[in-house]
Amino acid sequence: MKLYEHAISETVEKIKTKEIKSCEVVQSILERIDNIDKKLNAFITVFHDESVDRAKYIDQKIKNGKPLGALAGVPIAIKDNICLKNKRTTCGSKMLENYCPPYSATVINKLLSEDAIIIGKTNMDEFSQGSSAETSYFGATRNPWNLDRVPGGTSGGSAAALAANETIGSIGSDTGGSVRQPASFCGVVALKPTYGRISRYGLIAYASSLDTIAPFGKTVKDCAILMQVLSGKDTKDSTSVDENVPEYEKLMGNSIKQMRIGLPSEYFSDGICPDVKEAVLKGVKVLESLGAVIEETSLPSLKYGIPAYYLTATSEVSSNLARYMGIHHSHRSKKTKDLIESFKTSRAEGFGPEVRRRIILGTYALSRGYYDQYYLKAQKVRTLIMNEYLNAFKKYDVLIGPVSPFPAFKLGEKINDPLQMYLSDIYTITINMAGIPAISIPCGLSSQGLPIGMQIIGKHFDEGKLLKIASVYEKNCNVSNIIPNI
Amino acid sequence: MSITNEEMDHLSDLAMLKLSAEDKDLFTKQLNTILEYFDELQEVDTSDIEATSHVLPIRNVFREDKVEESIPLCECLQNAPQIKNGFFVVPKIIDTE
Repeated sequence: MKLYEHAISETVEKIKTKEIKSCEVVQSILERIDNIDKKLNAFITVFHDESVDRAKYIDQKIKNGKPLGALAGVPIAIKDNICLKNKRTTCGSKMLENYCPPYSATVINKLLSEDAIIIGKTNMDEFSQGSSAETSYFGATRNPWNLDRVPGGTSGGSAAALAANETIGSIGSDTGGSVRQPASFCGVVALKPTYGRISRYGLIAYASSLDTIAPFGKTVKDCAILMQVLSGKDTKDSTSVDENVPEYEKLMGNSIKQMRIGLPSEYFSDGICPDVKEAVLKGVKVLESLGAVIEETSLPSLKYGIPAYYLTATSEVSSNLARYMGIHHSHRSKKTKDLIESFKTSRAEGFGPEVRRRIILGTYALSRGYYDQYYLKAQKVRTLIMNEYLNAFKKYDVLIGPVSPFPAFKLGEKINDPLQMYLSDIYTITINMAGIPAISIPCGLSSQGLPIGMQIIGKHFDEGKLLKIASVYEKNCNVSNIIPNI
Repeated sequence: MSITNEEMDHLSDLAMLKLSAEDKDLFTKQLNTILEYFDELQEVDTSDIEATSHVLPIRNVFREDKVEESIPLCECLQNAPQIKNGFFVVPKIIDTE
């Protein structure tokens, strides 16, 4: 087994017991990136020299018998909307093509304090707007399972890099499914946490009431390890929550006997691809055979998820992205010297088509005469959606459904039809509207050999339960070790 | 309800976002398709429902007002397209003629 193929847990163990050196792992990962990333375009920036230097520093720490962090010597890839001090952080946009933040996100500092190595910054849909990693200014990322297919979005680079063994672990962000859907398309695990569980300080905002930073792992255990490192209250993010962080790994692998699992009929409705339905229901059968109690249920308001989400998210986009006007840290047009023209032209040049479209849609939803009809209405439907989830959790420990109605689609298939692209998010967006956690875990391959993801959804701060069920599933099925042939 | 071409000009002004003629045509068409679909939201009865803008109970967060290290000025300005004497330079706002 090559060093780049290992999970985080194995890598840390081998480095700590001096079986291997961090330098060797980093070398193995960098060679892998150099060999295959031309095909995938998963990275926007790779830190060759810095990663080698940092690995040497970690190896020296080990040699000197110094105390080591939970991620000692492990390469981690970071989505390019998370600020890394004095390193280019582009958000996949021309608007921030040369932006080097003067500070690091809290999650970066947490990873570094656990001795992780930031190996590079990964490709993404521009300003996290898209569902396929195709809207990036730096070109589309491709799916390592099939290069003609999308890796999913918006954290497509982080998912593709991990699935293709270009990194040992990776971090993304999830506002409407942006770690879960690419995880399902690429055959890796991702956990979208409760809103406020992980600090958003240093995450470039897309839709602030929905945004979460979230880990990817090759295994459920790796997600648990990263969750442990990333979680917790941060004084720099006033929406982060002061709620006890359990020891996630200790919760894993225990019995799931008598656990109550609900299957919402809305997650298995008409638009679903038969392969996906079959794979997820097969996964549910595995859990049933291990003692879980399965029952069908219904959350009727989920039907309105797409409009409620897209009106909320685009309204927040139009507000959040107002800061990019070519003055403080963003692209400025050279075409004009007039103030207002400069704002308008800089923004037209700096933003790609999907971002421009969402700004206009959000501006419309917030504008006079339409606010009550669109934005306010969406916020009220959001309440209904959240209440239906919370009611369901009075009866069930978790809910299960697919992550996406279909496996990875072809590049170009939906990019010119925004409504079709939005509809592909149907199973993930309502979870962000309710602020609850959900894990995406591989549960099989389609007839065309593409990964399918199963989604386990829990109530606020119940990440431990999701990890527990996912880990039990992983142990008892044969699909967790599916690896693309690239 | 549908967006007209004049409305698109107004939105472009509100959003401070210049739209090309092609953008305007395309977005008008696409946004009308999207909004038509979104109109299903209007069938939901929300008369007694409060709006949710934040999912968890939230209250003011206070901290001690003490001086901490801040980011040096030069680093705050390092990404600006144009700076002078520690300030951001913007296109001329007031006509001095």
